[in-house]
Amino acid sequence: MKKVQVEEVKSLHSRRNFLRISGITLAGAGLVMAGCSSDDDNNGGTKDDQKPGVRNGVFDLGGGDLGVLTYAYALEQLEADFYTRVVNSNTFGSTFNSEEQAVLTDLYRHEVIHREFFKAAISGVITSQDQLLPALEFDYGSLSFSSRAQVLATAKTLEDTGVAAYNGAGRYITTPDYLVLAGKIVSVEARHAAAIRSLINPGSADFAGDDVVDPTTGLGQALKPSQIITAVSALDVIQTKFTAQFLP
Amino acid sequence: MNIIKFLESFTTEGMINSMQAKGSRRDSFNQFQNMGKVAAMAAVPFGLSAFLAPTKANAATFMGPQETPTEALQLALTLEYLEDEFYAMALDSGIIPAADQAIIAQIAKHENAHVSLLANALGADAPAKPTFDFTAGGNFDPFNDYPTLLALAQAFEDTGVRAYKGQAGNLISNGDLLTTALQIHSVEAMHASQIRRLRGQKGWIVGSDRGGLPAAAQAVYDGEELAVQAGFNTSTVPNIPAAAGPESFDEPITGPTAVSIASLFIV
Repeated sequence: MKKVQVEEVKSLHSRRNFLRISGITLAGAGLVMAGCSSDDDNNGGTKDDQKPGVRNGVFDLGGGDLGVLTYAYALEQLEADFYTRVVNSNTFGSTFNSEEQAVLTDLYRHEVIHREFFKAAISGVITSQDQLLPALEFDYGSLSFSSRAQVLATAKTLEDTGVAAYNGAGRYITTPDYLVLAGKIVSVEARHAAAIRSLINPGSADFAGDDVVDPTTGLGQALKPSQIITAVSALDVIQTKFTAQFLP
Repeated sequence: MNIIKFLESFTTEGMINSMQAKGSRRDSFNQFQNMGKVAAMAAVPFGLSAFLAPTKANAATFMGPQETPTEALQLALTLEYLEDEFYAMALDSGIIPAADQAIIAQIAKHENAHVSLLANALGADAPAKPTFDFTAGGNFDPFNDYPTLLALAQAFEDTGVRAYKGQAGNLISNGDLLTTALQIHSVEAMHASQIRRLRGQKGWIVGSDRGGLPAAAQAVYDGEELAVQAGFNTSTVPNIPAAAGPESFDEPITGPTAVSIASLFIV
């Protein structure tokens, strides 16, 4: 399995580039996009035959609201793992200035809380433990956690991806309480994205740059789960295979 | 804009008729005291004093989505009108430091785009643009004092994030509208983060801390201290300080609460 290429991450000037790249490098991904459904009508509560769980030896995120929650749980696992490694790097204190350390430490805490929240929320509604997405494994390849530029660029990619993912997934949530909970989280992800972007290029418009906010409509990005999973899989960071057959 | 008329879109027809029939506001208030939650919601925007000296009840009691998708977008447009005019006046003020110019201009560009988008979407249902007074009756001087300008900007952005979040449930039946609202919502959050950081604050809201804003702005932050999400106590995560819990979730406000905050700046 090809590991994530640092050069590739560094070249991600914008998430649009990242997505364009991802579209042609899916083959190397750590995920299996087996027959990702584009069925937009799959909006009801999770049907019995669309529960999350292992199918043909691979965990599938499932469909309906439970599928969306499990999808969010997977993304939060990724973010939490990344920042956990960032703040626990033995060069953390020498790589980042005090402001950057404060921001990255907060992001680590927030993302771990988000991860644990989804684990608890999903555990509260599933009918058997094997419907809970297991702890995913991650490998960042040659990414250097002592490189300020590489860490911040990766953080930017993850936060931008998170915002676009929640924005795009909201319409597939049918339970109002879940929708509000997703809304409570996405705005914090957007706050993160702006902060990371301003650390990279302070005093500029990049905190909400034209690459992520359409300058004509003023709208942030919104991408379907299938688009997000394709993009994330291109990073080749997630080493645990899973499928998303029942998500749009 | 007549804020009472605007408010009417958030009340039931029966309540409006009742209000009109009762004549004076005091009469209406007296009658409302016995009329339950909907009546209480209706009373909020009349009392600017409720914003100037907020009580916890104002922010916490009025739960539950009440509005139609059209009404949700009308609220959104009114808030965008406010932000759009505020940032346009900010850019004209000449007091923005060169180092921050690109930031404020980017926000202004987005708010202007949001106004156009929502006004076009609403068409004939678009409310008229209110007349704004960003001094709030002479209490603030944002276009001659940059710290005040940033302070008001923070209040507007954090309010906007909460208000859009509060309308999400009202748009759940229309996927396209919901997605558009979420796409604006996340941009407001990016603005909020940046403005807060320009003020030396964290980009995220710490408890219900108003971050040095005047006490009158406390209503913007009341309720943000929530630590338990869907039964999950965020303070129980191992090795994570309890204060990080409320930071990691932004809380919604209802339409009437958003109106009551914005109405301080509407003539």
